This record gives sequence, structure tokens and C-alpha cells, in this order.
Amino acid sequence: MSEHVNLNAIARLVPEGSRVLDLGCGDGALLDYLQKNRQCTGYGVEIDDHNIQACIQRGVNVIQLNLDEGLAMFADQSFDVVLQIDTLQHLRNAEVMLRETVRVGRTGILAFPNFAHWPNRMSILTGRMPVTKRLPYEWYDTPNIRVGTYADFAQLAAKNNLNILDSFGLQEGQEVRTWPNLMAGTAVFKLQRSR
Amino acid sequence: MPLIAKSQSMFFEAPLALQSGASIRAYHLAYETYGTLNADKSNAVLICHALNASHHVAGVYEGQEKSEGWWDNMIGPGKPVDTQRFFVIGVNNLGSCFGSTGPMHAHPDTGEIYGADFPVVTVEDWVDAQARLLDALGIQTLAAVMGGSLGGMQALSWTLRYPSRVAHAVVVASAPNLTAENIAFNEVARRAIVTDPDFHGGHFYKHGVVPQRGLRIARMIGHITYLSDDVMNEKFGRELRDAVTHNASGYRYTTQDIEFQIESYLRYQGDKFSEYFDANTYLLITRALDYFDPARTVGGNLTTALGQATCKFLLVSFTTDWRFSPARSREMVRALLDNKRDVSYAEIDAPHGHDAFLLDDARYMHVVRSYFDNIAKALANGVRA
Repeated sequence: MSEHVNLNAIARLVPEGSRVLDLGCGDGALLDYLQKNRQCTGYGVEIDDHNIQACIQRGVNVIQLNLDEGLAMFADQSFDVVLQIDTLQHLRNAEVMLRETVRVGRTGILAFPNFAHWPNRMSILTGRMPVTKRLPYEWYDTPNIRVGTYADFAQLAAKNNLNILDSFGLQEGQEVRTWPNLMAGTAVFKLQRSR
Repeated sequence: MPLIAKSQSMFFEAPLALQSGASIRAYHLAYETYGTLNADKSNAVLICHALNASHHVAGVYEGQEKSEGWWDNMIGPGKPVDTQRFFVIGVNNLGSCFGSTGPMHAHPDTGEIYGADFPVVTVEDWVDAQARLLDALGIQTLAAVMGGSLGGMQALSWTLRYPSRVAHAVVVASAPNLTAENIAFNEVARRAIVTDPDFHGGHFYKHGVVPQRGLRIARMIGHITYLSDDVMNEKFGRELRDAVTHNASGYRYTTQDIEFQIESYLRYQGDKFSEYFDANTYLLITRALDYFDPARTVGGNLTTALGQATCKFLLVSFTTDWRFSPARSREMVRALLDNKRDVSYAEIDAPHGHDAFLLDDARYMHVVRSYFDNIAKALANGVRA
């Protein structure tokens, strides 16, 4: 879970009592919240040693795994919800993992930085890659190896024949449903496989 | 103030039925306990040992410096498994050579030394014997059962044979069964022992000899598999012994002398081991490793097998462990996920191979400490965590 994405904004998308898999779960804060406030159960997946420790310390189930190696450990449709919160942009195999997310989960919820947010566009217009609160890295040291936009993602979902159940932007913790591609720093999609 | 350990022994008269169909009666189990059992007897942690270890898990014996238990870095006051909060039990398994009844002891009916006639014991038999010890200690439920390698197999077996008696299982550097390669290594070790002329078909005690040559080679091959290529290269590389490098030509051009440091190290390990370890015990324990396979009775389906378990799990593996590789731990994680069990899994990027489970690695220690902290917290709140 990233500090950039409002925990509540994501948590309210997860039905109560869901069995949840949180890909790139960070220190386990979101899962902890879902377990305590929405009676969810589940597991986080993390690669980072410190985050593994933090999750175990919190009492959140966590599996140490490199997401670039796929989700072979998880059976088809074995979770109600699979979360990718600020994870997609770090993945080499982002498209494969999108398909894996909806293979393993009946519903996938993804949130990632929207590169088309207007301050980013302004920055590009001045000829410089954006460095903002949401995208705080310089182009040469950013861990965000996949930079895409709200609109780009909608197209990727369509290409993979996924049903978008809901999508909106997030800005300062508020849902943005008008011109999200322009007005929101974070894109959120809730989707599933086409039946 | 170091933790002072005291070896104890419990006698069991009634026969214990073994997986083989045989039984064993009138046997002793050597064990040690550390810490204090709380009033509702809910803070017991059982530690299961691997191939060449014993019930002496933690602390030192009175007046014997350097007699630290084999997992003293993990278990003790203020350690990851904190004996100020938990009542920790170490137990020596049947057939071993550190105090529990084994092949070097006499059969209660004939008075003859068991030798090769000691019954073949399995992981399941050990777990059953451990359960009897807990009965005798008045402990119904374990806050946790923990073990590494073969000890991890026992911990796993506990969750399947006595699911209602285990709240947590910590399974480190282990596997749901041995691979063919692993059985092959065990077989080489066993052949080294049984083909030693001093083995006498397992009845060497009455000849007053010990098949030390076989034991040495068994230990040497075992030792190779416990380390990683990288660690061996870093530690020894192609370094030659001083006595050899002082030779003007560099090599001695011999086939029998110890020239490389790694040779010297392996021989030293082999010699040391052959002084204290029992040859029949080595055969028995490696066989128990070979046989362990909880999925065997359910068509090889590990998910079905682990469906018996109800406790929470922590699994840990080490990236350079090729004897009990991370892939084997992941198989167990997957089977537990399929059963919707609570499980956490840490894959520690450590260079030391299988041996890593006995060594200090800050991340490993921290993970285990955090896990046991949560168990202790839950116990303090009066919940069976």
C-alpha cells in the first residue's frame, strides 16, 4: 500500500468479508485495515524483506514472492478480490500480471499514478519529465518503469477483453469522475474477466 | 547470566505402535525444557531437531562453557523464541544417539543391544513419541511447534497428526518430501557406512569397533550438500594448505595427501562427527527422511494432505539452499493457500545454503521474532492465537 493512495478510497471498493490477495502489499496496512474493519481475510504478496517483516509484525499473512515471476502459486478464481495498489507501474510484465490478477481474483482492483494528470502534462509541455508529490522521482532514478495514463489503461483492459466494473480518478483522497484522465493523479479500475 | 540447561529423561513402559507395524516399549526420551509453563499451560513450544542434533536446543550445561545448544542463537531469554515468555521443550528422537533409546541400547526383552535390529522409525513415529512426552508433561496444546530441515518435517507432521494440539507451526528450510537427488545423497552416505568392514551388519558394538570410515564419508558428503557453492568458494576457494604452499613447486603431485583447504575441512568435519555419532542412528535418521511424504497416502496430492492442518503457519526458506530449496517450501505454501490456511512465507536471500537455518541472519531472526511476538501477545490477551 502506498502512502499516495488513500486507504479508505480503496477499502470501500472491497466488499465486506472478501477473501483478498494484495499484490505488492507493502507494510500490510491496507490488508490490516480490511481485516479489522471489513472482516476480510487474505494474504499480501511482497518482495521486500523489510515489508515482509512489517507484515508479520502486524499479524498480516504475507508471501515473499517476485511478482515478475508470476502468480503460479495461486489457483484460478481463488480470491474474491485481487488488489494491485501502486504495483503495476513497477512490473516488468505488467500486462501478464493484469491477466493474472483477474485469473486469480473474481475481481481485480488496480490503482496507479495517472501520467496524464494535468500538472504532468504541463511539465512535459515545458520539455521536462514531471517531478511531483505523486511522481516524486527524477526520470533517471524512478522505480516506475511503466508510465501510463488512465486512458491508456482503459485501452489495455479492452485489449485483454476485461470488463471494467468501475473506474475513476483519485485526487487528494477524493473520487474524480469528471475528466479523470486530466484531473486525477491516480487512476483506479475495478474489473473482471469477461464471462 | 547464561541460560542453564539440564538434560532430563522420561521413561515410557507402554508399547508405541510404529508405522512399520512393529512397536517399541520400555524406552526413554531425553528432553530439556526452558522457561516456565504458565498456569493454563498454553505457552509451550516444541522444538524438533534435524539429522545430527539433539534435545539440547538452548543454553549451556552447568560448569561447561561452550556447551551451547544447537539453536541457542534462536532460543533463550530475549531471543526470537523468548524463554521468558514461552515454555520451550527440546526432545531427542527415538533411534538417536544423544540420550533417548537408540540402537546402542538393549532390547528390553532380550537384553541384547539393538544394533541393526532397532525398529525403523519414521517422522510420524517421532511425532507420536513427542505427543506422549507432552501428555506426560501435562501439556495438551502447543502454542507452536518449530523445526528446521528434518525438524520442519516433524513440525509439519504435527499439524497433520494432531491438528487440535497445535496453534502455530514454524517450518524452516524444509520440504514436503525428499527429491530423488536427496534420497540419492542419503543412499551414498548409507552405503559408505554399511560397506565399512567395521560395520558388522550393524552389530559393531559387540566387536568393540565403530565404522568410523563410513561415518566420516557420510558426514563429508552431507556437509557438501549443506553449503552453497558460493560459500565454499568464498571460504576455501582453491586455497592450498600451508604445508603444501611452502613446497617450491606449488602442488605436491600426490593423490592421497590433503592439499586443498576444502579437503582438510571436510576431513576434519568427518573425523569430528565419527567420534560422537552412531552409525545405526545415521542409517535410521536418513531413512526417516527418505520415507517422509504426507501426500503419499492421498495420491501425491499435497493440498489434500495438508487439508488436515488447522493451525497457522510460518514457512521460511533460504535462496541458496539447494538441498531443501525454496521451491519445496513454495509447494507447501501453495497447498496451504489452496486450503485457505493462514500462512506467511519468507524467502531469505542468504548465501549459506541449507546451513543458513542455523546461522544468524538479521532478517530471518527478525521474521521469527515478530511471529513469536504475536503469539505471545495473543496469549497475553487470553486467546489461543
